[in-house]
Amino acid sequence: MTADVQTLASESGCHLFSGCGFPSPGLNVFEFKPIFSIGAFDFTKPMLLALISMLLVIGFFWSAFAKPKMVPRGAQNVGELGYLFVRDNISRETMGKKGDPYVPFLFSIFFFVWVMNVMAIIPFAQFPATSRIAFPASIVGVVYVTYLVLGIKNQGFVGYFKNMMFPPGLPKAIYFLLAPIELLQGLITRPFTMAVRLFANMFAGHMLIVTFSVGAWYLLGFHIGALFSATSFLVVVILTAFELMIQALQAYIITLLAASYISSSLEAEH
Amino acid sequence: MIFLANSEEKMNPLLPPLDEIIIGGVAFLIVFGFLWKMLLPKIAKTLADRTDAIEGGLKRAEEAQAEAQAELERYRDQLTEARREAGRLTEDAREQGAVAIAEMRAEGQRIKDEIVTAGHTQIEADRNQAQNALRQDVGRLAVDLASRIVGESLEDEARQRRVVDRFLEELEAKASATATSEKVR
Repeated sequence: MTADVQTLASESGCHLFSGCGFPSPGLNVFEFKPIFSIGAFDFTKPMLLALISMLLVIGFFWSAFAKPKMVPRGAQNVGELGYLFVRDNISRETMGKKGDPYVPFLFSIFFFVWVMNVMAIIPFAQFPATSRIAFPASIVGVVYVTYLVLGIKNQGFVGYFKNMMFPPGLPKAIYFLLAPIELLQGLITRPFTMAVRLFANMFAGHMLIVTFSVGAWYLLGFHIGALFSATSFLVVVILTAFELMIQALQAYIITLLAASYISSSLEAEH
Repeated sequence: MIFLANSEEKMNPLLPPLDEIIIGGVAFLIVFGFLWKMLLPKIAKTLADRTDAIEGGLKRAEEAQAEAQAELERYRDQLTEARREAGRLTEDAREQGAVAIAEMRAEGQRIKDEIVTAGHTQIEADRNQAQNALRQDVGRLAVDLASRIVGESLEDEARQRRVVDRFLEELEAKASATATSEKVR
């Protein structure tokens, strides 16, 4: 975290017709000044947001589930809705009833990722921690270890890799091509794409919103630019609504993928 | 992605910094730990209990329904049985009544026959008795009269007349005495 942190474009006084070019936001909007530093360790805003998300998830489900009632009310109703969604629509959909032991894992992934994503549009936070690849990567790392261990435990070391590399029912010659691809996919591509899919979606979404926000600010003034500024702002509003959907969708997708990988480790596919 | 970065900076958004990985991983594991060990088992148990309670309630209701149905069947059976019993009793009573009436009628007929027979017998006996008595009386009277007539030796007509008159008077007196005694009897 030694990168130079630039002042955000929106904080500058740069406007259309004031003699400076459009301060295009770049990777700099994903870098933050440390809030505090302990030696070489810099504590930054994404870390703070991840910790706040952690507290929010635990806090909410504590209030919902700590003293569950037979007849639910308030937070418990909402929490149960979330629990049943993960259990029935993600876990049982992919694994059936034998996936029930993994529901807490999937549940944690879904809500932790979702809350971190939603931070993108919460005022003052306004940054999705998941747009820093480290946060998706850490979660995917846990998923990766989980499905590898489960696969080797359930199918044996040789069996697991054999099932992975040699899906049955294909002409033998194909395996020369297929086996390395499958191995690559199982060991590297799967976790990589899983992390990058979440990261890139949140990264792009945040970048879009920032770009149009900066644009709206840059175009603002007592001239024709005000019209473009208003349009740009409207796009920000629309994008925010769109992001709200993408945030939930990406949380759902990463959870669904985790469920599907765990499922393929529980028993050989095909 | 890399080309989005300002060229002079060494920022690569695909390279995760270690400190963020650690914080993210730890945060996730803490979330997972709380949910896995503390919170989700509770809600899973509550959901299972609720399902049980609902299913139990439904089962109990079903049982009650079945019991009520069985009771109803039983009452219906009893009612049918009672109706049949009543019908049977009525039939029995009717038969018994008919038998009794027939018996009574036969008895009455018998008694009537007896009485009639007895009457006839009595009448016959009385008639025979009367006939016998009459026959004896007539014979005796005839003999009496004949002997009187013969005893008077037919002296004269006046005497004959007296004899006859006297005889008739005696007869009358005897008849009235008999009549009196008949009435008394």
